[in-house]
Amino acid sequence: MNREPFSSVTSAAVPMPRNDIDTDQIIPARFLKTVNRAGLGDQLFFDWRYLPDGSPNPEFVINRPDMAGRAILVAGDNFGCGSSREHAPWALTAWGIRAVISSSFADIFRSNALKNGLLPVAVPPEELLRIASIIEAEPDAELTVDLEASELRLPDGSVISFTIDAFARRMILDGTDELGYLLAREPALDAYERAHPPRVSTLA
Amino acid sequence: MSDHIPDSARPRTIVDKIWDEHLVAPGTDGAPDILAVDLHLVHEVTSPQAFDGLRDRGLRVRRPGQTLATVDHSIPTTDRSLPIADEIAAKQVSRLEQNCAEFGIPLHGIGSPHQGIVHVIGPELGLTQPGMTIVCGDSHTATHGAFGALAFGIGTTEVEHVLATQTLLQRRPKTFEVRVDGALHPGVTAKDIILSLLSRIGVGGGTGHVFEYGGSAIRGLGMEGRMTICNMSIEGGARAGLVAPDDTTFDYVAGKPHAPHGADWEAALERWRALPSDEDAVHDRTISFDAGELTPMVTYGTNPGMGFPITDRIPDPATMADANQRTSLEHALAYMALTPGEPILGKAIDVVFVGSCTNSRISDLREAARMLRGRRVADGVRMMVVPGSTEVKRQAEAEGLSTVFIEAGAEWREAGCSMCIAMNGDQLSPGQYSVSTSNRNFEGRQGKGGRTFLASPLTAVASAVTGRLSDPRTLL
Repeated sequence: MNREPFSSVTSAAVPMPRNDIDTDQIIPARFLKTVNRAGLGDQLFFDWRYLPDGSPNPEFVINRPDMAGRAILVAGDNFGCGSSREHAPWALTAWGIRAVISSSFADIFRSNALKNGLLPVAVPPEELLRIASIIEAEPDAELTVDLEASELRLPDGSVISFTIDAFARRMILDGTDELGYLLAREPALDAYERAHPPRVSTLA
Repeated sequence: MSDHIPDSARPRTIVDKIWDEHLVAPGTDGAPDILAVDLHLVHEVTSPQAFDGLRDRGLRVRRPGQTLATVDHSIPTTDRSLPIADEIAAKQVSRLEQNCAEFGIPLHGIGSPHQGIVHVIGPELGLTQPGMTIVCGDSHTATHGAFGALAFGIGTTEVEHVLATQTLLQRRPKTFEVRVDGALHPGVTAKDIILSLLSRIGVGGGTGHVFEYGGSAIRGLGMEGRMTICNMSIEGGARAGLVAPDDTTFDYVAGKPHAPHGADWEAALERWRALPSDEDAVHDRTISFDAGELTPMVTYGTNPGMGFPITDRIPDPATMADANQRTSLEHALAYMALTPGEPILGKAIDVVFVGSCTNSRISDLREAARMLRGRRVADGVRMMVVPGSTEVKRQAEAEGLSTVFIEAGAEWREAGCSMCIAMNGDQLSPGQYSVSTSNRNFEGRQGKGGRTFLASPLTAVASAVTGRLSDPRTLL
């Protein structure tokens, strides 16, 4: 679906310095029974977020009052591993996150995130550690993720370049989407199908 | 990513060959390629929003005849004649039924003899064939790679793209060769091969790559063992994993309901025989190990890479040099309530789950029944056996396997994803330990607070009989 064009976000960080945060933690499976896309922000990190009695876990970072409204998540390595559930970026963006910074992203999560205008910003491992120390020392300092310039600007004035898939980047900057791009290429789809009969028919 | 060099000019991997054959249009000006999809499998959880998207744009499904739906994730594994008690799940299932009816997509729903876990029914029906591109809104779509197909999971937005165009925008992946040679010892299975690979490379080891599995140990496996391995490619970060097709593959596909026959079969064989990677094709990475060195594996932690031989002792975070890895292991051991240095053998367990798209096919159930025959599930242990499809259920009953499970004190259920993902009420209570033939041991995966030990069907059954995590070789 077409979105608002997006070029940069400036925000203090939500720190989650854990490696291998998997999509079952981002959004537990029992919340995937929804037929809708919206409203998953309340269920983000649900099983870390709430205690067994249902009350918010005061020790979990996103429950802290100072975290409300923040748009940049700084995680450990291999963010978003596990399932293909697109509900993971849906929950993150519904809560308000616009960019996740990590040293690597799982392939399917990265692709899903880009489709939803959630920026997966990968930086070298030593830079991720440096960012983590900066935000630990200054928890309210602001970072800027600038997609137009492909730069991450840190509170100490330093700048880290990052790479986002060029095509996805253009889609996010322009607020357009891939389905429109594919549908515009219908002649190529038609030509391919004429030259390649289907291998199977599920209707047979 | 490689340039589009003419086919004759360079040695190609099987992934290259499938990619080249399915290229609708190569990407220009930095855009991804447009890749044709031969088969799109659909289930109830990741599709509703995609169908809504089609409706919003006034689009139809382009190729209903290359699309197949079933229900597996959120359905109960109990009596199917009853309405689904969970209202939200019931709504999701009925939404799929409505969407399939509206858009003309064949559906093997509740009550269909072909209903089952989506990655079990595709091969069973002969829809999964060598050389195909196969996608589904589920990361274990990698399973179909066992047939020499390029099969991978997609998100709901991509599901919408495939429904609308029967294509996807994709970039050619890198390849990671996994060679496993030698012979498995008794009690050691395909599941142990993949758990061993994951323990070596970790859950991010294959990111950006597609695995190509080869070597004499892989060749020596039947199709269902190959499916077990390919299924868990995603747990190593690889979106897909393939085994080049051979006579084992062709024999399995032959005669299946949607397999080609007659002259079409001969033509298919000729195409399929050309698929294996060229001898001098280059992979971006490679790993090899000896199957003869493997022993039964089990996971001890909270991701599928945290596994080891079942005879090992729990690792000690203090010995890890990397601070983040040390913290990860500390968290995992705290969640699992395991102590560094203690043996994992002998841990008391509460639940044994034989099922999931990893290990729920007829050969898995035969192995489980063979070990369980004449024995009983230990007091205090709940064992659930969930066949991967209604057809597998039917066959297991015809072979008397279900009688073995029931007489031993296990529950024999209807087909579905069940306790692998615990969306349907089949789940652990907080603190319970399971030995599970499924594919993920993330925190809360099988139920909030549940603690999962991933293992083979043999290890699961051995543990059910003793009530403790057990080495299956002691019960052979």
